[in-house]
Amino acid sequence: MEFGGIRALDAFDLQLRQGEIVALIGPNGAGKTTFFNCLTGLYRPTRGELLLTPPGGETRGLVGLKPNEITEQGLARTFQNIRLFPRMTVLENVMIGLHCRTRAGVLGAIFRGPATRKEEKETIAASLRLLSKTGLADLADEPARNLPYGAQRRLEIARALATDPLVLLLDEPAAGMNPQETLELDELICRLRDEGLSILLIEHDMKLVMSLSDHIFVMDYGRKIAEGSPVEVRRNPEVIKAYLGEEESDAPA
Amino acid sequence: MAAPNVRLTWGDTGRALLTSLWFVFLTFPFLAVKINPAEQTVLWRWPNLIHVAVTTFLLSLAACLYRQYREARLDRKTEDDLPVGHNPLHLLWTRPGVRLPLLAGASAIALVFPLLFSTYQTNIMITALLYVMLGLGLNIVVGVAGLLDLGYVAFYAVGAYSYALLNLHFGIGFWTALPLGALLAALFGILLGFPVLRLRGDYLAIVTLGFGEIIRLILENWNDFSHGPSGIANIPRPGFFGLDLSLEGSITYLYYLMLGLVLFTVFVVNRLQNSRIGRAWFALREDEIACQAMGIDKTRTKLTAFALGATWAGMAGVIFAAKTTFINPASFTFLESAIILCIVVLGGMGSIIGVILAALLLILLPEYLRPLADYRMLAFGTVLVAMMVFRPRGLISPVRRTYTVRGRTISDEPA
Amino acid sequence: MEYFVELFFSGLTRGAIYALIALGYTMVYGIIGLINFAHGEIYMIGAFTALIAATVLSLFNLPLPALLFLSLAAAVIWASAYGYTIERVAYRPLRGAPRLSPLISAIGMSIFLQNYVLLAQTPDFIPFPALIPEFAALEPYAGVVGSSDLVILLSTALIMLLLSLFIKFTRTGKAMRATAQDRTMAALVGINVNRIIAATFVVGSALAAVGGLLIASHVGQINCFIGFIAGIKAFTAAVLGGIGSIPGAVLGSLILGLTESFATGYVSSDYEDVFAFSLLVLILIFRPAGLLGKTSTEKV
Repeated sequence: MEFGGIRALDAFDLQLRQGEIVALIGPNGAGKTTFFNCLTGLYRPTRGELLLTPPGGETRGLVGLKPNEITEQGLARTFQNIRLFPRMTVLENVMIGLHCRTRAGVLGAIFRGPATRKEEKETIAASLRLLSKTGLADLADEPARNLPYGAQRRLEIARALATDPLVLLLDEPAAGMNPQETLELDELICRLRDEGLSILLIEHDMKLVMSLSDHIFVMDYGRKIAEGSPVEVRRNPEVIKAYLGEEESDAPA
Repeated sequence: MAAPNVRLTWGDTGRALLTSLWFVFLTFPFLAVKINPAEQTVLWRWPNLIHVAVTTFLLSLAACLYRQYREARLDRKTEDDLPVGHNPLHLLWTRPGVRLPLLAGASAIALVFPLLFSTYQTNIMITALLYVMLGLGLNIVVGVAGLLDLGYVAFYAVGAYSYALLNLHFGIGFWTALPLGALLAALFGILLGFPVLRLRGDYLAIVTLGFGEIIRLILENWNDFSHGPSGIANIPRPGFFGLDLSLEGSITYLYYLMLGLVLFTVFVVNRLQNSRIGRAWFALREDEIACQAMGIDKTRTKLTAFALGATWAGMAGVIFAAKTTFINPASFTFLESAIILCIVVLGGMGSIIGVILAALLLILLPEYLRPLADYRMLAFGTVLVAMMVFRPRGLISPVRRTYTVRGRTISDEPA
Repeated sequence: MEYFVELFFSGLTRGAIYALIALGYTMVYGIIGLINFAHGEIYMIGAFTALIAATVLSLFNLPLPALLFLSLAAAVIWASAYGYTIERVAYRPLRGAPRLSPLISAIGMSIFLQNYVLLAQTPDFIPFPALIPEFAALEPYAGVVGSSDLVILLSTALIMLLLSLFIKFTRTGKAMRATAQDRTMAALVGINVNRIIAATFVVGSALAAVGGLLIASHVGQINCFIGFIAGIKAFTAAVLGGIGSIPGAVLGSLILGLTESFATGYVSSDYEDVFAFSLLVLILIFRPAGLLGKTSTEKV
């Protein structure tokens, strides 16, 4: 990926298996979010490939698809700076996530036949289930912008889950959360992994990263400088130099 | 709530005085002087300046009071942070026991209107209903989907000209032309929408404006096709099962027809808003990028809104042609688009009842206050600015539908 | 050949006038990201003020140069005052509002001003005196380039030069550029952003007023609706050159002026405005960043 001659991402490759949590760490400006934007089709990479193999399905290339098509293929994301639909209710936010899994069109909306009614009912029920799962059920009718920060982050996850993804991309989900909220987030992510979801995580909270991840990739200046298990990465001198800049002290076991 | 403490200080009065002096200066060449260039003479109109001075002085005092009132009553800054619908009209409308009698009263009046009033009045009411329909159509595009369409009148023109031309050349009647005109307008909407809908909001506004003007200019200049500025006359009124109606009868008939169509529009728009598509429109207005990331096809969703809006303009166009029996390009200027936009903005961008009220207000008021008719466009301009500055949510704010019942815990909900 | 040269000069003249108006669009857009829909009306106000001033002053039997100078001064002063007031009343309260709110407000302002002049003066076309002097030396070339063409071209060039010096070297000019790049940061380093935005409106309006006087004197008649079409065309020019870019506005204006001149001269004059509108639609669809503009990617 290049921006006007500046190479923001260079020869970065990453693999993610089903039911795995992989973290992507690196200093600010290393290109983590740019990588996410390439994955989700918001930016179009100058070169490179993105392959997705659904369980029991065929491998498909996703580069060049529009963002909504990529979501349909099974990649869902959250945003670093929360991008909810602020004036819609919490429930509606999640229902939007189900948009690409439902079909009702204009005629369906006008005539509201049995199929449409059934679909609408199922949409509401499924959204409520997701809200219960993320602990937001009591806030269903609140406009999204009235939610406290931590709840907004969880709502973003619920909304992404509503698109029924194979891979969930979380961009700094713990940013701005207090320790209690981070703990709950940790639990939620583990639960999602156990349900078979693959999770790719960008995060600065080292405690969260170290406890959750099966595998960690470290990037700086758009390149991969290290990868491995949490233990390996923590011992890697390159990482300590580039990322922490000093003796490892930020990452207690 | 206790009356907020507002008062005027000498400083406020001084500022108001300065403001009024500034406006006297500003309006001096236009209001104090009236030139007659043909005879090279000048008429001085000094009293006008006094009017300006007094009016702006009072207005600026009022604005000062309003500001204090707002600041005293709300500690939050923008209207956007307020709970939905804090304005009196909205509160009245949402109060239990008010809506039903009001609606019943309004429908009763609407039903017997042509029996009570003269043909002339009925005709005015038909125009107002036509604008209700146009407003509701544009509301889908601007109010719900958040696409500022400044060329809405183009689709209105497409509808009107399709009926006029189809009738002229092929003798096609009103009832066939109505769906055809709607279809043609929708087709135009899709043709235009396809390339332009990926543009950013303000560019979209200007492109649609350009498109509207292009259509009008073509109608004006392509004489062989559209009969140019002289327009097309003798367009038949809608027939009633082949019966020959008197002028009065056909106007009454048109009135009920229009009433039915407005009800149909309300029904459709209401259903659309509370549907999968409607949610997607609203979400698109809130955050396009998040929408795409949630799997919503941006272009297609916008195109649907655009085409639906155009469909309604097309239908309204056919009716307009049938009502006036004569059309020419002068009926389809940018100002027409601006009036319809004004209706949507005043109505609260997305609220159906708001749009209906605004259309009736903006069309009927100048009709019945004849002396004010000259100031109509001046008032429209003022309304657009004032609404944006003071009450961006319009007369009646659209309320998001809630799907669960408040107070009931979620465990009762069928999972 | 002579016809070609004639069309070329009339195109340049058109372009020069468009440039004077387009600069106001582009400067305002560059600084607050608003399509100032009422800008065409400012141009109309400028032309009208000049006409009113000239008519009043001609009662005193002033010589032509004094008449020209005083009407120009009046046009600039009042147009600037209107520009400033519009910003205060219709746009400043909407800083930070959704993008479309100030645009709707601007449309309202435009309709208001049109009808204000219509009611205060007249809805009809009225003759405008020839304020630009005729030069005897140009007599032999009158078929190709008239005196007023030349005056318009030269004064536009001069104004452009002054404007670029102003933007480049003065304190206000530098503050304008800083505010255009990053309004929050500019405010943090102590620039009074509201004042700078107001100054931008004043400068843009003054330029439009000069354009108003020049074109009205060139064409010989005005009415209260001239602002709408001129505004749209100047906006087209600004977008063509890349909105927000000052050299772009000039380049775009000249291209538009020449295109219109040749298209009406060689194809058909019925569709004069259709050319401009089609050009606008085509640029926005195929190259929204314009000729000299930069494409920007929204940060996610």
